[in-house]
Amino acid sequence: MKQQLVVVGNGMAGVSCVEQILKQPHNFDITIFGDETHVNYNRILLSLVLAGEKSAEEIVINDLSWYQTNGIRARIGVKIASVDRERKLVIDEDGGITEYDKLILATGSSAFIPPIPGVDKKNVHVFRTLDDTRALLEKVRPGLKVAVIGGGLLGLEAARGLQVRGCEVTVVHLMETLMDRQLDATGGDYLKRKIESLGIRVMLPQQTAALFGNGRVGGLRFASGEELEADLVVIAAGIRPNAELGRKAGLQVQRGIVVNDYMETSDPHIYSVGECTEHRGQTFGLVAPLFEQGRVLASTITGNRGAIFTGASPAAKLKIMGVDIFSAGFIDESGVGVETVRYEDPSLGVYKKLLLKDNQLLGMILVGDIEDEHTYMDWMRSGTDLTPHRRQILFPPRESDPGLEVAAIPDSDTICGCNGVRKGDIVQAIHAHGITTLAGLKEHTRASTSCGTCTGLCEKLLRAVTPDFQEETRTTLCSCVPFSYEQLRDMIRGQKLKSVEEVLNIYGNRKGCEVCKPALSYLLDMVWCGDHEEDRSARFINDRVHANIQKDGTFSVIPRMRGGVTTPDELRRIADVADKYKVPMVKVTGSQRIDLLGIKKADLPKVWADLGMPSGQAYTKGVRMVKTCVGTAFCRFGVQDSTRAGIELERRLENLFTPHKFKMGVVGCPRNCAEATVKDLGLVGQDGSWQVVVGGAAGKSVRKADLLITVETTEQALEASDLFFQYYRENANYLERSYDFVERLGIEKIRKETVYAPEADKQKLLDRLARSKTLAKDAWLEGQTPVSPTQFVQIQPIQVQPIHVQPREVQSA
Amino acid sequence: MTNVREWTRITNVENIPSREGRTVTVDGVEIAIFHLENRCLTIENKCPHKGGPLCDGIVSGTTVVCPLHGRRFDLESGMAVRASEPSCVATFPTRVEDGIIFVDLAGVRKDQEEAAT
Repeated sequence: MKQQLVVVGNGMAGVSCVEQILKQPHNFDITIFGDETHVNYNRILLSLVLAGEKSAEEIVINDLSWYQTNGIRARIGVKIASVDRERKLVIDEDGGITEYDKLILATGSSAFIPPIPGVDKKNVHVFRTLDDTRALLEKVRPGLKVAVIGGGLLGLEAARGLQVRGCEVTVVHLMETLMDRQLDATGGDYLKRKIESLGIRVMLPQQTAALFGNGRVGGLRFASGEELEADLVVIAAGIRPNAELGRKAGLQVQRGIVVNDYMETSDPHIYSVGECTEHRGQTFGLVAPLFEQGRVLASTITGNRGAIFTGASPAAKLKIMGVDIFSAGFIDESGVGVETVRYEDPSLGVYKKLLLKDNQLLGMILVGDIEDEHTYMDWMRSGTDLTPHRRQILFPPRESDPGLEVAAIPDSDTICGCNGVRKGDIVQAIHAHGITTLAGLKEHTRASTSCGTCTGLCEKLLRAVTPDFQEETRTTLCSCVPFSYEQLRDMIRGQKLKSVEEVLNIYGNRKGCEVCKPALSYLLDMVWCGDHEEDRSARFINDRVHANIQKDGTFSVIPRMRGGVTTPDELRRIADVADKYKVPMVKVTGSQRIDLLGIKKADLPKVWADLGMPSGQAYTKGVRMVKTCVGTAFCRFGVQDSTRAGIELERRLENLFTPHKFKMGVVGCPRNCAEATVKDLGLVGQDGSWQVVVGGAAGKSVRKADLLITVETTEQALEASDLFFQYYRENANYLERSYDFVERLGIEKIRKETVYAPEADKQKLLDRLARSKTLAKDAWLEGQTPVSPTQFVQIQPIQVQPIHVQPREVQSA
Repeated sequence: MTNVREWTRITNVENIPSREGRTVTVDGVEIAIFHLENRCLTIENKCPHKGGPLCDGIVSGTTVVCPLHGRRFDLESGMAVRASEPSCVATFPTRVEDGIIFVDLAGVRKDQEEAAT
């Protein structure tokens, strides 16, 4: 006869405990009650759902089929009203009765709603469950004024989520310091600056006295008498354990349901895990100790009583991309014998503070640089004598052998706090599935798929554990904004950043330089398909005036001649321009174009107007040209119409930016007269087919292009070109030519992800290309409508004669 | 340094987009005025390396990078930033008042007077 195990609570702690029980031999018939109407989901990721980075489906941990395959009765949307310990049964709100032999209370916690007059008004929300999140999402719209009451972890994450949705968000906090329970005043100050730089207003210390508004909330009135207008209020003032059920049942309850080291309550048939419990006077809210509780209880309840829960020191990490905050342990420096070691770099926004006593680490505050979190946590937990490390304690040297560094992390340590993945899980998954890439690890364990702060550590683990680790080559953009291109693309997309300034203010040193600014300009343009905030100051001069700067500061002008085909009319206009502006040199380029050299900046708009031709983009990291041979139009050997195909190819891709210059060629037969096989992209005509070749070069490097695909029709060849072109745009590093890109990724992978990709994926690439194309325009139109009135001109001084003034007036100089 | 400033009224500050530079020719000398966050700074528009137009460079903080060969100069001091490329450009006192940029060009005129004598 099976024993009835009833679990009240379908959250992360309860279900993870059940998962542990299932891994062991047991004799249970399991029923799980959950008062939320959803299957088990990852509550930690709700702020990402709010921000639109994840969907509700994506944060599901166990879907319905998991309950079914494991024979678990899921009573979803059923709230338990009381426990009858005498008769060993639970009674739900509708009076339904379920008997138990063993009962686990995993009721979690609820949002604490402070007793402020007006909290019952409409549009006052809490942010705790998926339903809360959905309710908020129904209300949010760009421009909505939102006040978040509470400047702790949850409040800040909610604020960021809402702000990414376009709301005007103000965080109101009772204390002098944001996250005051985890940070000191200095750390809080750094955090405040970071949060403000994201565009979130912070008001502190500010005590909310009342919410005003007629039925619907209109704003906050503070104890100081000040007011803040708000259309929506989110209360994130902390959580309270849901211990009511235990209290009513007569269990020993203080702040939470009291459990011993085995997770047993005061009733021998009742156990408790999660945020509703209190262990040695402490309650817990982070996922790592709650999972540990689940493991301990799984042992206890399956008859292997022995494992004990020993508590956990407080630790907290803020999950807002680019705002790295970690705090753990004891952070009150006023204790007897407590020493502090600190480091600050205001311009980088880095602040580290370590608290020590008797040469052991007691606690830490890390802001802006949390690389050493695991080293410190290890020192703290093991009580390592830090005497030999004292000189380098703020920047502990990295182990030269990456294996040693990760070997020091205990298996039970949580690596990915968002998804509760421990080191042991990762190592096991790597062995079980033969994982060799970060992408594979993400797929199998979900580690590093959410906030990204553990990516580096996951890579180290991979490197240490698997001999065949394939590192995704990542180049850090530059020291102004030290992230890889992959990370930057994610940040721009995820955090909905639209301008270079935003990226630099949030993730960089706020200044930028000639290396990162053009690269960021490119990434923004690519990610948003041209729908970004263009900042010309971040572009190289060529892209400000759409011409190529020469050694004497003059410019070269190359009009577009699609496919290298021109007309007598165009040639006459070019000749007239050369005469009129006394162009010092007229030259035929290697790309079948005509170059007018030595034009003054101020003359550019007039030259363009007189030419009456579009920009040849010969000055930028973008689509340069398509060089063609005459093909079937005239050539007696031609087997394909290369000029027509070339002109069409150029039309489809012109005016778009690329990671580096992008040159193309189309030839009408394998004699290859227009050298298509040494271009970034080439079409080589065959009798009855086209070869599409990519990654060729005949410049600094010489490389024969790789065959991407052979197709029958011109339209197919053009589509294959579009696919490769957009794929290169999206995946190459800035300033990476196609020939390096193709070598780095390998043509096989590129084929699989472009021409042989599933139809839906191909369509997505084509759609994004089409979107970019609709916003791309001929840059020379700015000759008529400049972006600033002085884009091309030299400024004429208002007045030439100086005014003489005494020096005391010039203090501002 | 002269005791008296010779402020010349140049242009409306809005004529120079943020973090960009523009040139003005005064008495045959080209100066480059840069619009930084809350102020303007002015240097000679000629890189001492190969004469590059510094006004066309990318601004990074209070430095500008020559568009021709990447020499970097501090806009406040005029000094080259990299010690390996010792050189400097002339700087001119600049202030913004009521949205108008004023530059003290006494330096330019003095140089010319000296050159003439």
